[in-house]
Amino acid sequence: MKIKVFYFARLKEKLNYSTEDLEMPDETLTVLKLKAFLAKRGDVWGQMLMGKLKIRAAINHELVADSAAIADGDEVAFFPPVTGG
Amino acid sequence: MTVRVQTQDFDAGLELTQLRLARKDVGAVVSFIGQVRDVNEGDTVSQLSLEHYPGMTEKALAAIVAQAQSRWDIFDTLIIHRVGTLQPLDQIVLVAVSGAHRGEAFKACEFIMDALKTEAPFWKKEVTASGERWLEAKESDDVARERWIKPAHQ
Repeated sequence: MKIKVFYFARLKEKLNYSTEDLEMPDETLTVLKLKAFLAKRGDVWGQMLMGKLKIRAAINHELVADSAAIADGDEVAFFPPVTGG
Repeated sequence: MTVRVQTQDFDAGLELTQLRLARKDVGAVVSFIGQVRDVNEGDTVSQLSLEHYPGMTEKALAAIVAQAQSRWDIFDTLIIHRVGTLQPLDQIVLVAVSGAHRGEAFKACEFIMDALKTEAPFWKKEVTASGERWLEAKESDDVARERWIKPAHQ
């Protein structure tokens, strides 16, 4: 399946990535599985996505839990807890 | 319902006048303005940058307004949130609610701000004498949001 991934704020800065297109194996993909996949890229990815930093995720612009399923064509985003207002 | 995410400043007086004069049955307009402070956690702040998630931001704000409209008897709402680089004394956000009476408008306005603080995808980074730093989400903001879930505080 093909998905688009976005990173924001501190994540974007530390990973030096704002967005990327990913081709993932066509198996059941969840937010947690995607995080684990990305964390395997190395130090900073593991620290940012599976470390002690709180990370929120959204699928197609909706906040979701780590257990949420990702489908072909979805837009997934990772970011720290929000601080607007 | 109006939701605007923009880099440019806004004229709060003009916006509130328009909301007030939009209907002859408006009896109350309640508003909140957030301003950039020159101090945070004991450090002098010289600049604030706001990043957001285009597309999600507008949807999240619209969802918050929809909740407020279903919960309180209000007429119209306005949210303007700035992004980009701001300085101390700059306006960050305007939330305004019109209605027939103040009670419902006050509650809806406060709810919208509390929900915006915890659900709308904005992130602040500030510049201090010791460099740049991302702001951490505050637990007090989560507490403020959660009290709207308890029926006793409706």
